[in-house]
Amino acid sequence: MRYLPHTDEDIASMLRVVGADTLDDLFSTIPDDCRRPRDLDIPSALTEWELNDLMDALSNSVAAPPEYKLFLGAGRYDHFIPASLTHLLGRSEFVTPYTPYQPEMSQGTLQAIYEYQTLAARLLGMETSNASLYDGASALAEALLMAIRITRRKKVAVSSLIHPYYRRVVQTYLEPTGLKMVELPYLENGRTDLSRLDRIDDLAAVAVQSPNFFGCIEDLAAVGEKSREKDCLFVSSFTEPLAYGLLKNPGSQGADIACGEGQSLGIPKWFGGPGLGMFASKMKYVRSIPGRLVGKSTDKDGKNGFVLTLATREQHIRREKATSNICTNNSLCALAAAMYMASLGGTGIRELAKLNHDKSEYLKQALEEAGFKITFKSPTFNEFVVESPPNFETTYERLLEKKIVAGLPLTPYYPELTGKYLMCVTETKTKEEMDELVEELRN
Amino acid sequence: MAESLGTTGLILNEPLLWEKGKKGRSAFSLPRRDVESTPLDEELTGDGPDFPDLSEIDVVRHYTRLSQWNFCVDAGMYPLGSCTMKYNPKINEKYAALKGFAGAHPMLPPALSQGTLRLMFEMERLLAEITGMDAVTLQPAAGAQGELAGMLLIHAYQQSKDMDRSKIIVPDTAHGTNPASAALCGYRPVPVKSNQNGILSLEAVYEVMDEDTAGIMITNPNTLGLFEENIKAITELVHSKGGQVYCDGANMNAIMGMVHMGQTGIDVLHLNLHKTFSAPHGGGGPGSGPVCVRRHLEPFLPVPRIIEENGNFTFSEDFSDSIGKLHAFYGNFGVIIKAYSYIRAMGPQGLKKASQLAVLNANYVMEQLKGVFHLPYEKPCMHECVFSDKFQRAGKVTTLDMAKRLMDFGFHPPTIYFPLIVDGAIMIEPTETESREEIDLFIEACKTVADEAEKDPDLIRNSPQKCKVKRMDETAAARRPCLAG
Repeated sequence: MRYLPHTDEDIASMLRVVGADTLDDLFSTIPDDCRRPRDLDIPSALTEWELNDLMDALSNSVAAPPEYKLFLGAGRYDHFIPASLTHLLGRSEFVTPYTPYQPEMSQGTLQAIYEYQTLAARLLGMETSNASLYDGASALAEALLMAIRITRRKKVAVSSLIHPYYRRVVQTYLEPTGLKMVELPYLENGRTDLSRLDRIDDLAAVAVQSPNFFGCIEDLAAVGEKSREKDCLFVSSFTEPLAYGLLKNPGSQGADIACGEGQSLGIPKWFGGPGLGMFASKMKYVRSIPGRLVGKSTDKDGKNGFVLTLATREQHIRREKATSNICTNNSLCALAAAMYMASLGGTGIRELAKLNHDKSEYLKQALEEAGFKITFKSPTFNEFVVESPPNFETTYERLLEKKIVAGLPLTPYYPELTGKYLMCVTETKTKEEMDELVEELRN
Repeated sequence: MAESLGTTGLILNEPLLWEKGKKGRSAFSLPRRDVESTPLDEELTGDGPDFPDLSEIDVVRHYTRLSQWNFCVDAGMYPLGSCTMKYNPKINEKYAALKGFAGAHPMLPPALSQGTLRLMFEMERLLAEITGMDAVTLQPAAGAQGELAGMLLIHAYQQSKDMDRSKIIVPDTAHGTNPASAALCGYRPVPVKSNQNGILSLEAVYEVMDEDTAGIMITNPNTLGLFEENIKAITELVHSKGGQVYCDGANMNAIMGMVHMGQTGIDVLHLNLHKTFSAPHGGGGPGSGPVCVRRHLEPFLPVPRIIEENGNFTFSEDFSDSIGKLHAFYGNFGVIIKAYSYIRAMGPQGLKKASQLAVLNANYVMEQLKGVFHLPYEKPCMHECVFSDKFQRAGKVTTLDMAKRLMDFGFHPPTIYFPLIVDGAIMIEPTETESREEIDLFIEACKTVADEAEKDPDLIRNSPQKCKVKRMDETAAARRPCLAG
């Protein structure tokens, strides 16, 4: 086996050193009743060339761009990734180390993650960011748990326009310890109904997502004001961080914690994972933050460098009183996001965000002109909800055959929105493709 | 000693990203603007982030220089105990990047996602067979989330039986994340000590296991690198008191094809695909932490589950007892691809051989370093062995000093100061992918370091000497945290 370097001679000589006759003898401490009665019943080993065929066949049976045109977002976005990023990210020196426990031989990862923390904090308008969490959903759950720890209250209010899957993950995290999540309904304009908050007391946090699941941009300043009124934390969630190239960031609107999914920043869709849990907060809460943090320090000669820091919050030291149980995070994905933000630059992210917005507006208008109704009137970024004519399901199926995915049917997530579709347009869609979509829909 | 592996060469200084660049540069090929600009309400628009503008070569040089300051498995031996830093096969990276996998959208109708669904379905079956458990979820994003999943499963199962229990037993040889994972689920961890042989005795568990205890979180093989020989009796005892047994399977690399985990009596087990199944560690993730359960816990697994219907694969939410969702989508598919590829490349014999050689390598290291470092538990180990700095402490040289000195010889240090039960622990896990020659060099380096500890302790205390930076001040960093520039 090519991954195993031992020759029979190596094995024999090493066995002699350890005083065993056979490899099986090394397992003498394992009681008989714990041993496998027979060999593993899994397919026999494949050569690299056989494996190539198998993996090609599996991957070819998935509908993916560029062959398929996906007008589909809902938490996973189709964005271009520069070849330089893929190349750099593939470097063994980034891919094959582990968590930088030994700073002296991990300065590359440490500086890169420090830079990620800085860029993420700047993008979100926050004072500090951690080194990453698993994904947007667990980041939201961790943010709410953090707010619960800080305020010592047991209830959180969560907008019903936060990604439905995120809310389900939050539910999973809160339920066993008796913590409560109250959902805020939405208004006709596609934004969260904050008036419901007037009737809820003892809140640890209010959480909204912007742009929300319908693509609408929330009035974050109003949420900030409301949360100050309720004396609770304002958690601003997101699934599309590229929006903050154009929109006011959560920090400027008073968010205490900004958290969400960073997949848009240079990470492939990968059927939903791995992505990047982004997590940023005000500096005053830094000792309550979950996850790893990289900080600046000096070596014994006074030279600048970086280390993992504030480990006393973490599980291996603080045990059951830790701010989180996370150990392995999504470091390489954070690095991808840093490279992506560095490649775009301030000028580039502005233009790319505008392009997403403008293209999405183009399709929105074209659909309206073709007689489709746009369900919610609030401004949107790169997603919006459109109403389909009767019997649209057959059109949707016909388009699939033409390798066009015409949005996401909302019925499974919002049963009251039968016949409404969530459309997404990113920079990857050309005007011709949008025109084709409208033409097909018209037919 | 022959010439040391560790040497110095030219690396380059590199400033922080934002200390470089000039306004107007770009490293991104922006797509053509083929639509008119549409204004957005000014109330909603901001100034955009303050990012530096860099050219492509700026970005490439920046990250290439940074990368050269890292040590990694592809460069050399990384015997970080408990982390299983084995070689990461390169072909796996190619598969994860295949267009159909990397471009797969999680919200597509299942009919358009058959390849991804099939791979995940088959992976569940493979992991069930490898562990000897009945059912598997691939949703947890890493080991610690797998632990949380395990706790949630036990909690949900006991609730369904009207059992409301508040405690969970966590031995001193369990992984560091266990207590925090249990606490997330509302359990109060009850510590229990391992015996003089480094394993858990039935008596110790008997003392603490009661009707208010949900069960036990046991790491097997444990963090001393020892197989919990009493596991079967312990699981029987815990079950007899209505408890469940969670097994932390992070050390599964020692026992593939050898041990039938289901038969040991455990109820739930998590795996780390980035340890046992060769997915790279990425400088700290992404990982993947599948959870395997026995039949009675299957109804509680996270949804959606992947089911097969007449040769087609689809998602099902139809499990009313499920603990719910743990991941925004279905888990870290990009990592699962690599582990799947590894298992298919190894086959049953390859996996077994990997475990055998991992154990051989660890025992070989233990045998050669016995007497050089203090070995607190003198018995054959599994995939890792744990020493301490007891011999060197007299000369005021610590585990930390020796770990730092090992860097100068070209090795990543072992895990240090863990497990906590060994004072000044040095936890060495060579993994099966290190050759005898490489291990001999490591052993030689360890012996030299121990020798220097006696003869030239200052040299050790002033190490590392050959890294980009000298020993970093971690205390100052925590006192006045500077986390962004």
